[in-house]
Amino acid sequence: MLSRVADSLYWMSRYLERAENTVRQLDVTMSLMLDTGGASAETRWQKLLAALGKPAGMEWNGDFESMARKLVFDNLSPASVTFCVNGARENARQAREEISTEQWQRLNRLFHHMHSPGVQAQFDSSINDLLAAVIDGIHLFKGVSDTTMIHGQGWQFIRLGRYLERAYATATMLEVYQPDLFKQEKESTGYQYLELVGLLRCCTSFEAYCQVYTADVVPDRIIEFLLLNRDFPHAIRYCVDGIRGAIDSIQHTGGRRAPDELTAGIGRLHAMLGYTTISEILNGDTAAFLHNIREQCLRIHELIYRYYVHYSIQSALAV
Amino acid sequence: MSAGHSVELEAIFGDYPLDQAFDEMREADGNVRPQYRALAETLASLPADELQRRKQSADLSFLTQGITFTVYGRDEGTERIFPYDLLPRLITAPEWDHIERGLTQRITALNLFLRDVYSDAKILADRVIPRELVYSCKHYRRQMRGLQVPRNVYIAVVGSDLLRLNTGEFVVLEDNLRVPSGVSYMLTNRRVMKRTFPQLFQSYGVRPIEHYAQLLLATLRSLAPEGRPEPNIVLLTPGVFNSAYFEHTYLARQMGIDLVEGRDLVTHDNMVYMRTTDGLKRVDVIYRRVDDDFSDPLVFRGDSALGCAGLFNAYRAGNVTVTNAFGTGLADDKAVYAYVPRMIRYYLNEDPILPNVETYLLSEDKARLHVLANLDKLVVKAVGESGGYGMLIGPHSTARQREEFARQIEAHPRNYIAQPTLDFSRAPCLIGSRLEPRHVDLRPYVLFGDKVNIVPGGLTRVALERGSLVVNSSQGGGSKDTWVLE
Repeated sequence: MLSRVADSLYWMSRYLERAENTVRQLDVTMSLMLDTGGASAETRWQKLLAALGKPAGMEWNGDFESMARKLVFDNLSPASVTFCVNGARENARQAREEISTEQWQRLNRLFHHMHSPGVQAQFDSSINDLLAAVIDGIHLFKGVSDTTMIHGQGWQFIRLGRYLERAYATATMLEVYQPDLFKQEKESTGYQYLELVGLLRCCTSFEAYCQVYTADVVPDRIIEFLLLNRDFPHAIRYCVDGIRGAIDSIQHTGGRRAPDELTAGIGRLHAMLGYTTISEILNGDTAAFLHNIREQCLRIHELIYRYYVHYSIQSALAV
Repeated sequence: MSAGHSVELEAIFGDYPLDQAFDEMREADGNVRPQYRALAETLASLPADELQRRKQSADLSFLTQGITFTVYGRDEGTERIFPYDLLPRLITAPEWDHIERGLTQRITALNLFLRDVYSDAKILADRVIPRELVYSCKHYRRQMRGLQVPRNVYIAVVGSDLLRLNTGEFVVLEDNLRVPSGVSYMLTNRRVMKRTFPQLFQSYGVRPIEHYAQLLLATLRSLAPEGRPEPNIVLLTPGVFNSAYFEHTYLARQMGIDLVEGRDLVTHDNMVYMRTTDGLKRVDVIYRRVDDDFSDPLVFRGDSALGCAGLFNAYRAGNVTVTNAFGTGLADDKAVYAYVPRMIRYYLNEDPILPNVETYLLSEDKARLHVLANLDKLVVKAVGESGGYGMLIGPHSTARQREEFARQIEAHPRNYIAQPTLDFSRAPCLIGSRLEPRHVDLRPYVLFGDKVNIVPGGLTRVALERGSLVVNSSQGGGSKDTWVLE
């Protein structure tokens, strides 16, 4: 497929994943604030920002609601949900002939919802409804993507974008929240429990976690689950498997072998997650381990670009 | 019957005015034309707000399909849907037969003309068309001289604009031989109409148009370079900021071909390639939706970033087919237009089936004096423009505009032509909750590969403002679905 179109599909997918992540983290943060015993609004905001990768222009102004409004609607900030939805749609437009009409209409509806006159009122009356509507829109889009699009290279680039964005975002979030997880309170007040569940809910993983470990929510297992589970789609290890699978399919359908650098880069991250035990991670420098995952994601992104999108003409003619 | 009938008519038409202009739906005495009776009965049988409801549901469908254009000027672009009208325009089988034969004849002659002018130029040697008229045309491309075009087809995709005069006769207003647009609206209008009036549609027996994309693909394939049995066909678009971008994506998707931009293409050794995730892939046929000027910065405008450097040389070498060919704008120049009937007689030895609109060439002294004296009654058009730009509509103009045009005409008579202000036909449109007459034209889409193919119908464009004569979408026009009856 055209490199430019592959690039657009990849970013369409990343933007939607980013929007979904932002919405979910905002939703969880706001619900945690309902229990007044926890941290102050400002602390929560700073944590949230850090977990979203410290976007610029979102400095605390003393009022959580107005900050939340900014995070949802501020068109000019690359961190806002609206910005991400716009970005996804703009990229979908660039790849319009590659995606199905159903996908396009779904995304278009989400876009028009975010820009409809009633959306501000919805924010005021029930922000939860609005956030749920956005998540619904994104889920529907993913659903029609899987059922109406041919599972060829384009679809693989969508997967690639989704998993890379998700692995990176989850690593960032864990890096920010993991020091707090181990601050044991003297006696259980229930707040700590809420915080731990909140972290799981940021990745829609509370129920999945319970299925694996029962409702016995403890920090070690949360980190193990979100990092190393191979069957849960929001766990980083699962995402890296997804990245590897997508690249394999892309080179398989395209009939061109991925360069050693890229295969090695993905293989290294894959091996790191497959051959490290949770006790090694927790007894070592956990933050550095998570940071390392992020660095490797960035490197993989660069290699994908260098090989599939911005390759030089000379190298391509030589083949 | 007649009493009941007129009550119904009263209900749907109200004070709908009729005058000397041809009304598509009603005869001069107010009776509904036979082919429109079923439509009138359906309208009369619907509850008052039902039409509005259907209109809104159709609007929503256009919006979610993203059939929109962007209105600039605010900090963020506001998207609007393209205005369209819910009531179909009907064309009977004999009327269509006449149009089809007329267009086939005309396009065949225009193609022969292009081939002749860019090779032996016999028609100029025989003084049927003045040499200076051709060589002074700004769309004449000397680079095309002596170039062998695949299958001698210069104009594979054409959209001619027809008007219906008050005699009921169809005439050709202009031929669009460069990058005619609007065919996606014809196709999406039809889809929406089938959902809006399913029973009515079924009862009418409307000829289908949905296979247009397939015909277009077959046309493009038939023009592929020799020795390329499985040609890689692409559609070249200027990009997302072009007002017809929706159409480009639509056609590419319907045909299952790649939509490329200039930046996706590279040339090497007179071959055109596109950048794909699997490396460079050779391109064989380009359906070009970028104007000549912007297609190749090495040959045409050097400041254009929309095209592909080296494209023309690859074309010249016969390694890639670009269609429509370059330089076809010569034959839709509005001054050359005046000679089309003579071309038809010259090349085909036939009488034109579809007449031209009477046209004054302002480079002729007698005509110019007449036009300058009657600017308030005539329409003046710049010869190289399209889309309703560079036009003076005499009866609707101010004295200052007329002075300005008079000055321009005196300075550059070759750049303008004049035509009488035509009282072309009107069709009923749903304006608010009432029916009102609006001027309409008709743009059928002609494909020319192995043979001439015209899908029955086309885009009926509507001048949505009351009394307006301008139907171009860039100037506030809308569209209607066109039903050609079995």
